[in-house]
Amino acid sequence: MTSPYPVATIIGVLIVALSIATGLIWLERRLLALWQDRYGPNRVGPFGLLQVVADMIKIFTKEDWIPPFADKPVFVLAPAIIVVTVLMTFAVLPIAPGIIVTNLNIGLLFFLAMSSLGVYSVALAGWSSDNKYSLLGGLRAAAQMISYEVFMGLSLMGVVVLAGSFDLAKIVEAQRKMWFVIPQFLGFVLFLIAGIAETRRLPFDLPEAESELIAGYHSEYSGMKFGMFFVGEYLGVTLISALIAVLFFGGWLGPWLPPIVWFFIKMFLFICFFVLLRASLPRPRFDQLMSWGWKMMLPLALANTLITGAAVLAFR
Amino acid sequence: MLSLLRTLWAVFLHAFRTRVTVQYPEQKAYLAPRYRGRIILSRDPDGGERCVACHLCAVVCPVDCIALQATEDENGRRFPEWFRINFSRCIFCGFCEDACPTYAIQLTPDVEMGEYHRKNMVYEKEHLLINGPGKYPGYNFWRVSGVEIGGKDKGEAEHEAPPTDLHTLMP
Repeated sequence: MTSPYPVATIIGVLIVALSIATGLIWLERRLLALWQDRYGPNRVGPFGLLQVVADMIKIFTKEDWIPPFADKPVFVLAPAIIVVTVLMTFAVLPIAPGIIVTNLNIGLLFFLAMSSLGVYSVALAGWSSDNKYSLLGGLRAAAQMISYEVFMGLSLMGVVVLAGSFDLAKIVEAQRKMWFVIPQFLGFVLFLIAGIAETRRLPFDLPEAESELIAGYHSEYSGMKFGMFFVGEYLGVTLISALIAVLFFGGWLGPWLPPIVWFFIKMFLFICFFVLLRASLPRPRFDQLMSWGWKMMLPLALANTLITGAAVLAFR
Repeated sequence: MLSLLRTLWAVFLHAFRTRVTVQYPEQKAYLAPRYRGRIILSRDPDGGERCVACHLCAVVCPVDCIALQATEDENGRRFPEWFRINFSRCIFCGFCEDACPTYAIQLTPDVEMGEYHRKNMVYEKEHLLINGPGKYPGYNFWRVSGVEIGGKDKGEAEHEAPPTDLHTLMP
């Protein structure tokens, strides 16, 4: 059920994904302000919506400086990797019936593979900057993303077992009777935590922890190269929110409203939740983060997979 | 884990609180009458300048932002020939107001002094001098001081008896 107009779909998904990612600059600032008893940007345009345009003009006209001590080719390549890998994943995301760029039968594995490739971006950015703080940030990012990826994949296996497919569209269709969040609640919680860690969002923003590492792996970046990391992070938030909606909350399924509206409602609820997490939770220590990942999340994910598999076998 | 969820909920409830932001150009914060803002030079109720060019404000100023030149009129009254405050230096400490013996220099609750050019922050006497008595409506330094001055002899001030003629004090 691939779209009959593939080029239009590709361009549409690109435009929508990128405009949501840039719109999140405004949304996040407004929501953070809402939860901190402030107003946030409300001066430029209606509700401050044109703040996004102002920010973009600013970041496009800023000096794009490459430090003389940096490893130039790697330094230039690193910000592109993160945006490319995240945008690639949008290709397998089923937005509504028929609105999908490519209907891969291993869509979920493709997503996991692409999110693993995203590690290269931050690790290379940290290394090529030739700066102690950047390197520390890059190291932290690599360690964090690799260890949280392990149980991110495992936490999704329960969904795969229940749906019987790696195809994201088929997973959505399998939720007609019941959303997977009910039988797979543990899997949902694990995937949510892993997703936050994968996108390096607060409270798991240790790779860029401002109070410790200035800005971590993107300390040396300026202008639109920094903007690429920024857009990559927001694209990641959009992607993880969309995937939570698709995998656990029935994607486009829902009564009365057209499917695409349901998809965006669910996605935006999770984006707002991501911002709420940022507004409220403190950052853990790095050793706490690692021991959480390996000593709690991984066993829990394994147990979840085991129990789901056993239950499916027993009740079949 | 439970504490994290409780934190999330508590922060979420903040969405329904009233905002603390004052939307500045439309809404203005209340500034008390004694707020230390833009500095002015006041006049006494008769309309004369209160400043006697004693230089005390310039001396006490910790950032040396006040400069003035004293001169005298035909009656022998001192007044500043020019009076200059450099507001790009001023820290609005209010020491000048404390030091002033005649209530001439006063700080007002006005803070909107933004300028595009730094030299516009230098206020001359014509910018500083106002037409009213400021915070002390009835006070007239020359009418209460015992100084002899043109148009007012000794003993002619308020609450003052005429001086005793020493030659009438016979043993």
